[in-house]
Amino acid sequence: MNFKSTIGLEVHFELKTKSKIFSPSPVTYGAEANTETNVIDWAMPGVLPRLNKDVYRLGIMVALATHSHILPVTHFDRKNYFYPDNPKAYQITQFFQPLARDGYIEVEVRGKKKRIGIHEMHIEEDAGKNTHGANGYSYVDLNRQGVPLLEVVSEPDMEDPEEAYAYLTKLRQIVQFTGASDVKMEEGSMRVDTNISIRPAGQEKLGTKVEMKNLNSFDHVRRSLAYEEKRQQQVLLSGGRVQLSTRRFDEATGKTVLERVKEGDADYRYFPEPDIAPYHIKQSWIDEIAESLPESPFERRKRYVEEYGIKEYDADVILQTKESSDFYDAAVEAGADPTLAANWLNTQVNGYLNENQVGIVDIKLTPEHLAEMIKMIKDGTISSKIAKKVFKESIENGTDPKKYVEDKGMVQLSDVSVLGPMVTKIVDDNPQSVEDFKNGKDRAIGFLVGQIMKQTRGKANPKVVNQLLNKELQSR
Amino acid sequence: MVKITKDEINHVATLSRLEFGEDEIDKFTEQMGDIINMAHQLAEVDTEGVPETVQVVDRETDFREDKPEHWESRAELMKNVPEKADGFIKVPVIIDKDDNE
Repeated sequence: MNFKSTIGLEVHFELKTKSKIFSPSPVTYGAEANTETNVIDWAMPGVLPRLNKDVYRLGIMVALATHSHILPVTHFDRKNYFYPDNPKAYQITQFFQPLARDGYIEVEVRGKKKRIGIHEMHIEEDAGKNTHGANGYSYVDLNRQGVPLLEVVSEPDMEDPEEAYAYLTKLRQIVQFTGASDVKMEEGSMRVDTNISIRPAGQEKLGTKVEMKNLNSFDHVRRSLAYEEKRQQQVLLSGGRVQLSTRRFDEATGKTVLERVKEGDADYRYFPEPDIAPYHIKQSWIDEIAESLPESPFERRKRYVEEYGIKEYDADVILQTKESSDFYDAAVEAGADPTLAANWLNTQVNGYLNENQVGIVDIKLTPEHLAEMIKMIKDGTISSKIAKKVFKESIENGTDPKKYVEDKGMVQLSDVSVLGPMVTKIVDDNPQSVEDFKNGKDRAIGFLVGQIMKQTRGKANPKVVNQLLNKELQSR
Repeated sequence: MVKITKDEINHVATLSRLEFGEDEIDKFTEQMGDIINMAHQLAEVDTEGVPETVQVVDRETDFREDKPEHWESRAELMKNVPEKADGFIKVPVIIDKDDNE
């Protein structure tokens, strides 16, 4: 029997604001436990939550970047639940009138383009963080309570784990390039829940869905979905029924494990949040935000390939993160040749980042320094061999390449009046090489270039040396 | 008339993390039935064509600017916390309970 899978994703993004969604408590990472909270976060009697304007603004940015329809009137709702990560016993969210609906993003899977719908996106508050101790207790830190989240809910448009992976990759890129979120899964600023159901091919009605929460990486998303497809098929083939439930992915075994049978929406007893008045979102504000939207990854890719003439593959590598794309743009802006800048960024800079496990924003090399170095290569001031030394110095110590080259006397030797006599002397000193050259051994010329390089401590311009040597040897 | 069952009371108690004895459940089932039915009288009002009301406060949208304020209030807030350790709130480990168990 053939089965068809139906996959939907819910992705939470932490929005990048300075203060929380409903209170002015600072949003910080790694502060001492329970220091960045106030009475509003704890829902003390008589407090009044007030919505942070930037939270809504960032949400609108993502809505615009995903072709979503922004609702002109919205209000907040309480989702009630008792759990120690939330002293309020409810979460303020947008249940009935979300920020936006009916968007889409376009992905490419196995060479085919596909549109994946976005059902809705809404903003809500995060809960505190529980650390489970081994002694039968949990330890709660409420610093995260009230941190703004944007939840993006896809349509169940994906039919296999590869499509889900492609959707996630694209969604992360889009959100990252708006600047609305850091989108770092390892730091929790992006979190993914998936749901999947299967049904026999030809059946209209969708199967019972299973939800998987708190997946740590895109790879886990793909693997857990692939595992669930198989597991649910086996359940159905053996005459069983798939249970509506939440499962968790076990990294060690690569299997999914039953966590709990799902609570229904009714169990959350949603009702309109009485402390916050409805919001009227003006079109003029949306237009203003649209104006300020940074260039999208698609627009950047087009510029790189069509205007700068760099390879599509190289453009995609640069566009993997907004930081690297920003770095590249700044280097080109500072006068670097776009092709050379792409090569240096994708090979040398990325190599350094991987080797040292750091991000591009953490390194000492500036886009301006990279541009300066590339300009020196381009105008022949330094050879690419010397450039590697200059690069190492700049990226490790933040040294100005131009100053370094001057101080160390690394300027490439291209002057024929200096190199000419050297070449003549080398050829005079090595009659065997002249003989070899005449007998058609090209290696001879390489040996002689090496001698010149040795004498000039690598500073001679290899192109000029080659030309001079050829001329000299042919005249003998 | 809306009929409230013992199962519903047990379910709501679980959601609220409350535990009751058998006799209490019986009592609450009856009381909750009365309360719901009293509130249910509102359903008799004809609301045909009336838009849904979620808020009676009629005012302009009020946003707050994104300006962080650090409150030196940990000690005060933690006064209500029964058990604490190293600045954390100490609670018994809560494993998600199955409602359908």
